[in-house]
Amino acid sequence: MSSVAIETKLWVWQRVSAAVLGLCVIVHLILIILAVQDGLSAAEIIGRVSGNISWLLFYSVFVIAVAIHAPIGVRTILNEMTNLKPSQTHIVMAVLCLVILTMGFRAVIGLFNAGAV
Amino acid sequence: MVARAHRNHAHYWAFVLHRVSGLLLALFLPVHFYVLGLAIEGAARLDGFLSWTDTPVVKLAETLLVILLAAHLTGGLRLMALEFFGSRESSKTAVAVGTGVALVVGLIFLLNVR
Repeated sequence: MSSVAIETKLWVWQRVSAAVLGLCVIVHLILIILAVQDGLSAAEIIGRVSGNISWLLFYSVFVIAVAIHAPIGVRTILNEMTNLKPSQTHIVMAVLCLVILTMGFRAVIGLFNAGAV
Repeated sequence: MVARAHRNHAHYWAFVLHRVSGLLLALFLPVHFYVLGLAIEGAARLDGFLSWTDTPVVKLAETLLVILLAAHLTGGLRLMALEFFGSRESSKTAVAVGTGVALVVGLIFLLNVR
């Protein structure tokens, strides 16, 4: 694939994930403000998300969208502001994507199952 | 200074804010997931960490993160509107409105946090 084709694809993925994240972040911000009103506790978080399929789906979509969006953004910054080669920034992007996916789903699934422990 | 004239522009600072907020949020993500993942080891483990965050300094840091998230959201919406609908006379207003909304969200968080 030519570098132009790669850049175009990444640009599209960046915008599609941004549109999804736009909705997710609005929900997230509202939820943060509601959740902190009585002080944040493990019981509150676990009570809300544990065993709840709707929240599992929401946070799964959230993690996938951010795992696409953030690494592409970091790659763009590295390409424009450092001397790293495109092949190197591509690796950074891929690693960051894997880290976010792994850690994100570990947390999402962990919280979903937390009530069962 | 002539060489820095481009910086004396609302859109330049909106670009800087979008980059900085995006980068800081990306760096914060693994920490956020790690803390939430503590719930796997039991509610007490997560509560242990949450009680550590119960200080004014951490509350201020959390407020800053909320502002960064809201600013990245409004900045991103402005950017996509610009890309898909073209530049408008009102786009400078959008920078001001977006920044204002982000600060208001931060203030609401600060007023509600306990």
